[in-house]
Amino acid sequence: MRVMAQMAMVMNLDKCIGCHTCSVTCKQAWTNRTGTEYVWFNNVETRPGQGYPRTYEDQENWKGGWTLNRRGRLSLKAGGRIRKLLTIFSNPKLPALDDYYEPWTYDYATLTEAPAQQHTPVARPKSLITGQDTKITWSANWDDDLGGSAATAERDPILRKIGDKVRFEFEQTFMFYLPRICEHCLNPSCAASCPSGAIYKRSEDGIVLVDQDRCRGWRMCISGCPYKKVYFNHRTGKAEKCTFCFPRVEVGMPTVCAETCVGRLRYIGLLLYDADRVLEAASVTDEHDLYEAQRSILLDPNDPDVIRAAEREGIPHDWIEAARRSPVHALINRYQVALPLHPEYRTMPMVWYIPPLSPVVDVVRETGEDAERRENLFAAIDALRIPIEYLAELFTAGEVAPVDRVLRKLAAMRSYLRDLNLGRDPDATIPAAVGMSEEDLYEMYRLLALAKYDERY
Amino acid sequence: MTPEKPGLDNGLTDALVRTRRYFTKGKVSDDLRTLTKAGGRGADDFYRDRWSHDKVVRSTHGVNCTGSCSWKVYVKDGIITWETQQTDYPSVGPDKPEYEPRGCPRGAAFSWYTYSPTRIRYPYVRGVLLDLYRQAKAELHDPVEAWASIVDNPTLAARYKAARGKGGLVRATWDEAVELVAAAYVHTLKKWGPDRIAGFSPIPAMSMVSHASGARFTSLIGGTMLSFYDWYADLPVASPQVFGDQTDVPESGDWWDAGYLIMWGSNLPVTRTPDAHWMAEARYRGQKVVAVAPDYADNVKFADEWLPAAPGTDGALAMAMGHVILKEFFVDRQTPYFVNYVKHYTDLPYLIRLDEADGGYRAGKFLTAADLGVEEENAAFKTVVLDAATGQPVVPNGSLGHRFGEAGKGKWNLDLGSTDPLLTLAGTETGSVVVQLARFDGGTEAGVLSRGVPVRRVAGQLVTTVYDLMLAQYGVARAGLPGDWPASYDDRTPYTPAWQESITGVPAAAAARIAREFARNAADSKGRSMIVMGAGTNHWFHSDTIYRAFLALTTLTGCQGVNGGGWAHYVGQEKCRPITGWAQLAFALDWTRPPRQMIQTAYWYLHTDQFRYDHFTTDTFSATRGGIAGKTTADLIALSARLGWMPSYPTFDRNPHQLADEAAAAGRSVGDYVVDQLKSGELRFACEDPDSPENFPRILSIWRANLLGSSAKGNEYFLEHLLGAGSSLRASEGVHPEELEWHDQAPRGKLDLLLTLDFRQTSTTLFSDVVLPAATWYEKHDLNTTDMHPFVHSFNPAIAPPWQTRTDWDAWQTIAEKFSELARTHLGIRRDLVAVPLLHDTPDALATPHGIVRDWKAGDCEPIPGVTMPKIVEVERDYPAVAAKMAALGPLMEKLGATTKGVTYDESASVDYLRAKNGTIRGGPADGRPSLRRDIHACETILALSGTTNGRLATEGFKTLETRVGKPLHDLAAEHEGKQITFADTQAAPVPVITSPEWSGSEAGGRRYSPFTINVERLKPWHTLTGRQHFFLDHDWMAELGENLPVYRPPLDMSALFAEPELGTLTEHGLTVRYLTPHNKWSIHSEYQDNLFMLSLSRGGQTIWISDQDAAKAGIADHDWIEAVNRNGVVVARAIVSHRMPEGTVYMHHAQDRLIDVPLAETSKKRGGIHNSLTRLLIKPSHLIGGYAQLSFAFNYLGPTGNQRDEVTVIRRRSQEVTY
Repeated sequence: MRVMAQMAMVMNLDKCIGCHTCSVTCKQAWTNRTGTEYVWFNNVETRPGQGYPRTYEDQENWKGGWTLNRRGRLSLKAGGRIRKLLTIFSNPKLPALDDYYEPWTYDYATLTEAPAQQHTPVARPKSLITGQDTKITWSANWDDDLGGSAATAERDPILRKIGDKVRFEFEQTFMFYLPRICEHCLNPSCAASCPSGAIYKRSEDGIVLVDQDRCRGWRMCISGCPYKKVYFNHRTGKAEKCTFCFPRVEVGMPTVCAETCVGRLRYIGLLLYDADRVLEAASVTDEHDLYEAQRSILLDPNDPDVIRAAEREGIPHDWIEAARRSPVHALINRYQVALPLHPEYRTMPMVWYIPPLSPVVDVVRETGEDAERRENLFAAIDALRIPIEYLAELFTAGEVAPVDRVLRKLAAMRSYLRDLNLGRDPDATIPAAVGMSEEDLYEMYRLLALAKYDERY
Repeated sequence: MTPEKPGLDNGLTDALVRTRRYFTKGKVSDDLRTLTKAGGRGADDFYRDRWSHDKVVRSTHGVNCTGSCSWKVYVKDGIITWETQQTDYPSVGPDKPEYEPRGCPRGAAFSWYTYSPTRIRYPYVRGVLLDLYRQAKAELHDPVEAWASIVDNPTLAARYKAARGKGGLVRATWDEAVELVAAAYVHTLKKWGPDRIAGFSPIPAMSMVSHASGARFTSLIGGTMLSFYDWYADLPVASPQVFGDQTDVPESGDWWDAGYLIMWGSNLPVTRTPDAHWMAEARYRGQKVVAVAPDYADNVKFADEWLPAAPGTDGALAMAMGHVILKEFFVDRQTPYFVNYVKHYTDLPYLIRLDEADGGYRAGKFLTAADLGVEEENAAFKTVVLDAATGQPVVPNGSLGHRFGEAGKGKWNLDLGSTDPLLTLAGTETGSVVVQLARFDGGTEAGVLSRGVPVRRVAGQLVTTVYDLMLAQYGVARAGLPGDWPASYDDRTPYTPAWQESITGVPAAAAARIAREFARNAADSKGRSMIVMGAGTNHWFHSDTIYRAFLALTTLTGCQGVNGGGWAHYVGQEKCRPITGWAQLAFALDWTRPPRQMIQTAYWYLHTDQFRYDHFTTDTFSATRGGIAGKTTADLIALSARLGWMPSYPTFDRNPHQLADEAAAAGRSVGDYVVDQLKSGELRFACEDPDSPENFPRILSIWRANLLGSSAKGNEYFLEHLLGAGSSLRASEGVHPEELEWHDQAPRGKLDLLLTLDFRQTSTTLFSDVVLPAATWYEKHDLNTTDMHPFVHSFNPAIAPPWQTRTDWDAWQTIAEKFSELARTHLGIRRDLVAVPLLHDTPDALATPHGIVRDWKAGDCEPIPGVTMPKIVEVERDYPAVAAKMAALGPLMEKLGATTKGVTYDESASVDYLRAKNGTIRGGPADGRPSLRRDIHACETILALSGTTNGRLATEGFKTLETRVGKPLHDLAAEHEGKQITFADTQAAPVPVITSPEWSGSEAGGRRYSPFTINVERLKPWHTLTGRQHFFLDHDWMAELGENLPVYRPPLDMSALFAEPELGTLTEHGLTVRYLTPHNKWSIHSEYQDNLFMLSLSRGGQTIWISDQDAAKAGIADHDWIEAVNRNGVVVARAIVSHRMPEGTVYMHHAQDRLIDVPLAETSKKRGGIHNSLTRLLIKPSHLIGGYAQLSFAFNYLGPTGNQRDEVTVIRRRSQEVTY
């Protein structure tokens, strides 16, 4: 056992309102400069939808992340490292600017400076790449709130996997939001892809950074990252990515995206993991086992053996304490309601998600049953607006059971708390039905619902 | 499961990667996967440097969103870099979520404006005008004469007016621009009078001092401040009707307390972004959440159930839910909590007289003490119940008749004593009669429902109770009563669940079940069921009926005045918590009273000539033919003005200075003189001839607002008639009003000067004659509050106002100084004559017993100022002293105190405090007065003069109220009696406010704010006729409109009213669809819609959302250029096609303005319009009622709404080649 510490994040998608505040505060703080106009270290995607850059999840096309080769060894999907070196000058699996969007501005000054003329002055769009008049055809968030669903949503790579489960009809409409930052993976394929060794993982907290001095702009990291969260600064010719706001985190402040998240859905905390077992966990044969494998290498910070091993590795006492009260650890391993994004990429991502509940479909409602009652809530999980298969494709490589377990826990929390809310005796059978104690259910409620600042981070 | 020895690639790769260890300082992991590094990293300097900054300043955004979010503004090297939210709000308690962070992406993008190319850096004047002015001044040497020579010359005036909005703004100096503006003011006062000048700045809560700046100047010179809450259609007229209150709602933290939450036409994640988390989190506490929305809106994602009611039919769903609640919780089985509540806090037990009509009966008026023959003070305003024990009529305490006068002292309370009021006469009746009730579900023509009520005779009058009428109205059958009743919920007659299904599309079973759950939760939790209601239901022509149907649900179930329960109206409801201090400052009540305050909807309806394009008379909306039959809307506006119901400025067809002088010369009081003149017909109301030049509005100043890019319903009518700038208007003229002079040629360019202060270019600035550069919200001091949270917090300058920008406070003082200088020679001291409407919360509310309309012009009565017509008040205007008065707090503060909602506060001690705090002015007209020179002085003054921020005032205010109510109240504020919140406090952190009689809820002990808790817990009456919440309204016009009781009224039929094509019509011109303008995810009104970040996150220009079915019918693909055309104008936009949209309805999100990527329209060959190019004003007659109990005017409290939801448009794909 070799204990290492990792800063990680959990986002509770059930609370995400899709407001994009995180995107804007992040962009204002980090990437509102020449060369990074199109760069959103943090973005929010409406699902179903294509994501940003478009269809980035289609690894059959983009070849990001890892795969198991015939010998069961982990190999970059874009090809082994030798091949990468050999093809360093031609990288076909790189999203073009069009796959993001061509950033633009407007000739706003016209509004003030227009001479007397026939018509009301208007600010026209100008490309920030060419400086010329442009027609806007795509943006950083084109399909927000299912905009253009008829034309574009079918290209959602997840939908293609579950195909016939989703119909784009008014009555069947569903959507939710997926905010994304760099996953700061335990097994980062960007770093492994970099021919220059410019991408590294900080030993003390696992934050993945691009060394701006060493980066030579080969852009293999961009291809290698299956989440497409490394970007190319076309002015400096270097790769840039989310830094987990390390200048803030180092002084005890949450990341910008987390602190400014007005849905209060982001949690930051320290995890302890066994670095010796990362490769093994990333190499399990069956994709469906990856979620559990990833969870299994996260160490129990209350285990005396783990604490001793951590101290042996030189992890400071207050870091171990931080790991013990880590909300991220609680959500991932104690309550087991947070799931990794696309574990099948085998990068061991460190930004986890609580999947969203969603309103029950007409089926339940029209029975005339009270959908808030516990038995109906559970029944309703099977009839959620968001097809559970869709969530499973995001978080568990398509395995439905873990997602179902999470949603049942959330439903049980609501049901259990309703009695308390109305001053009735709580029903202990409710947490028992989802394998939780009353105390744990209440503590989970506290973390998810009250979500106090000093408990979120 | 895993290979025996996990590894990477193959051996060769391993070897290669191992070599990296020798070339880097990092550490390659043992398994060769990755590289780690510790310590000594210089390569990340860029990001460390990027993060560093010199200071962080607290400020916020003075934008009309009610977010009231405190922000950290980061500054580096004197440059604003970015902003993130503050997280230091005081805790709401250990067992609740908190108000942190607050903010949204729009606010997070604000700093972009500071240095953006749309920033207005210098003063600008329309070039044509500036040339004319310079030339005239060179010849005449006097600014006022120069201005007069231009505007009084029709050729010259038309020249610059026609150039409005077409470029050609040129830079000017502050001196020159302000001189021109001041000259215009002086000339207009001299020639036309002060009521021809208007100021518009909305929503004081968002930046009180900035609002007060121009409002104070406008008020000091006698100009008219235009209302906004009613104009925006955000005012729920049902609130004054039902509660006698403008609007008072729970803070968002109180959603947490609810056990059941219906979001009804309110898209919380989009329109209440910083508050939405309370809803998301309360679900975890077991709260059930229901969304009613026509589309799959952002909030539907959170809801346990989605009821997709067709647009504008929400009232039908609510009526059916009321039917279920009345039947199951009152008739089939009585719910003790509900019954007790409605007896104490509603008008349900009160007696209504029944009048014979058309062979049946109609509900008439409230039975009053006067009907009982009681001869005592205000007997006609004391309503009556029957006591269950004795069967005798009783006059309970707390009605309007107890509110004013000596005899009512100590009796204005809700204490029923030993009286147990009878809710229904059933069982004690002497018979039953069939009453005729209006129904409107059949289309344009009103129908009739005939249903019986139990009756008795009291004092010779046939009466029943409001409750019995309610059961008849809702169609809840009881044994033995005659009439037509639904047999079951499946009977498709009003107002059953099955009936509503045919209208709303919501399954009957679902409607019934949600109603049942809502009420069951309320019964179980003692009132903790809540309805969050929003613009989706409040912006309709008949929204007051929709809301009354909602409020019936929350009131019947005992949820109003309970934490976690009741209505939560969130549409522009802004709450200026320190309202008393702000009002004194803004309307210069410290120097001169009364101010002129106008209902903006009626103002523009007349002055933009929209009245000329109405094709119907108002009985179109009536259930029966009465006093308003055959009248146009404009006729009713004139009637409302002359009866003193609603304000009307310009008031008379003569300069009020001249009128005052004539009165003096005649030796008559101004009131007597005006009455004489009116009776003789020599003087007329200006609103009877709005197209005559002496009645035009001449100057409009706008600050903190974008009228033409945002709120101006009937945008093209504004451009055409008010500005004379040309337009895409296509409508034809209609019915001539009876009482108005009709001019064959409609005027163009009524307005002489449009002045705007702003920091960014908008449609309003582009059409303005003078644009002054304003400081942004990160460049000034100010105060901010909201009703969404209970804190007051501050704006502070992160940088000094850059370029030539100035704060609003400074800019208006600059204007005032120049104005006063020019006034010395041109104006001096003048007498002014102000016509004041009958006001709410004053004895004026007693002017119209029983709401029986009497028109002095028709000979029904004599014109008596303050009773049957407006009060006429003479005021002195010391124009040369205006600048001095602007900058100092005047002496009326000690002399008269400050009055809010009927409670007068003694401000003497506050004035002494402010002399010391702000410093004292020495010399001049304001010698010895507290200074208001600086914006901080204004902030301190607002805080010192208000009960919410000055505990002494709150406590004393409650003591004053106690003498009237006769119940203890002042303990509510006593915990903070010694507390004076200072501006420095608000700079340190958001500060919770103090419970004050200025509002209806208690925050004592740190509880969450919920409205009317003081009414419910302390038995303080509502400000209504009965003193209770009203289901029944007995004004003549309410009866004529068929709206005595909650009722369903469908959206207006635009093909019947204006010959627009029927909905769904598909021709070569396109598809006819319902046209809605909901709030925008990427802007707050027009603010931020031009912001590059918001445009990059959306689609970069104007868009219209359309369903995939409609798009297919009209041949429209996603992102196609389309044109939307109706009689009001033309819009060019891109289509967004989505299956989340309901068929038959399109959304053009509100206030995208026309400045960003809007090409020329094919239809008009002109610049494409904005969302309001397709709308226009339509005024509902009942909104013009005044002078009667809670239906009395107060500014932004009652008035016609500028609704815009009932519109339709034809939409088609246009040529994809666009030109600009």
